Amino acid sequence: MTATADVATALREKFPQVTGRESLDWPACNVPSGQALAVLQFLRDEAAFDLLADLTAIDSGVGTAPRFTVVWHLLSTTRHTYVRVAATCADDAKPAMPSASGLWPGANWHEREAYDMFGIEFTGHPDLRRILMWDGYPYFPLRKDFPLAGLDTALADAEVAAETGAGVKPAPYMGGPFVAAPGGPLDEAEPRARDESWTEQQEKPNDA
Amino acid sequence: MILRATMVSPNTELAFDSKIEGDVVVSRLDAVINWIRTNSMWPMPMGLACCAIELMAVAAARFDIARFGAEVMRFSPRQSDCMIVSGTVTYKMAPQVRRLYDQMPAPKWVIAMGACASTGGMYRSYAVLQGVDRILPVDVYVSGCPPRPEALLDALIKLQEKIRREPAAKRLFRA
Repeated sequence: MTATADVATALREKFPQVTGRESLDWPACNVPSGQALAVLQFLRDEAAFDLLADLTAIDSGVGTAPRFTVVWHLLSTTRHTYVRVAATCADDAKPAMPSASGLWPGANWHEREAYDMFGIEFTGHPDLRRILMWDGYPYFPLRKDFPLAGLDTALADAEVAAETGAGVKPAPYMGGPFVAAPGGPLDEAEPRARDESWTEQQEKPNDA
Repeated sequence: MILRATMVSPNTELAFDSKIEGDVVVSRLDAVINWIRTNSMWPMPMGLACCAIELMAVAAARFDIARFGAEVMRFSPRQSDCMIVSGTVTYKMAPQVRRLYDQMPAPKWVIAMGACASTGGMYRSYAVLQGVDRILPVDVYVSGCPPRPEALLDALIKLQEKIRREPAAKRLFRA
């Protein structure tokens, strides 16, 4: 752990605004979004964290401020340690973060995914398009205010939509989601125990 | 040692004998057309997820879909008769699936293989089409996640039975 402790102290000496972040495994720190790129570059060039293992985002929920956090997971392939860097986006309505694709080319697709799922604009990204959903999809599915079943919208192909009459519809839940509730006997915890007498066509009957 | 080949004289009257029956076979046009269609259904493998692995197993030696005349997997929709939708159809993929179906020449059939293609399966999600029958006319649904290869063979046989009942000749001359 001496190597990782060194990283934390070196970071704090170089960037006084960096604060510690709660972590169960590897050292982690919060950085201001304006300094994120400088910190990442320092970790890559000075501290030998040469591999961007993951880049993702967190939505803390509607009404929280700051709402969106971007998280970078770095790996040192020479010292075999990880470090986690997190930065919150200043604007909750239009979250933005500088792009790390100049530091690691692999950040390109990670940032496209974070943009696709959370709507975080990575400024300076060479090609910020959706990567999983189709171009023109109006929502950001991993935001907390987006229901898992989805929202009504049009199919990507207008011609096919007109021909088939199909659209993007919320998935029927039938009392789901299909996960068992924790604890209790299985016949009560499993989804089959829940009321499945209603569908998206048939309204849920009143309990009264 | 004397090798003696005991030749059985070949039976010349096993099959169609033109000396007896002339050059004419009498049958129903429906029966002829459906016989042709059922025994060489070239599948369009719409492999979208893990079901496609089972589809490959169906085509390989152990299960051998060639026994039912459907071994010629065509990767061009223009040469195929039966689309086997094997896997999860996402909303992003759905228009392409429909376009491939539109490019297949009629008559054409669709098998929805597995839970995902039939109903969306376990993916009750914003991203997954809840059953390929929302965009395609499905002839046979196969249950299973994924279905056993035998189940797909059964689906193919069921589809052949369905085609045998079709009034093919009437449809042939319908504009």
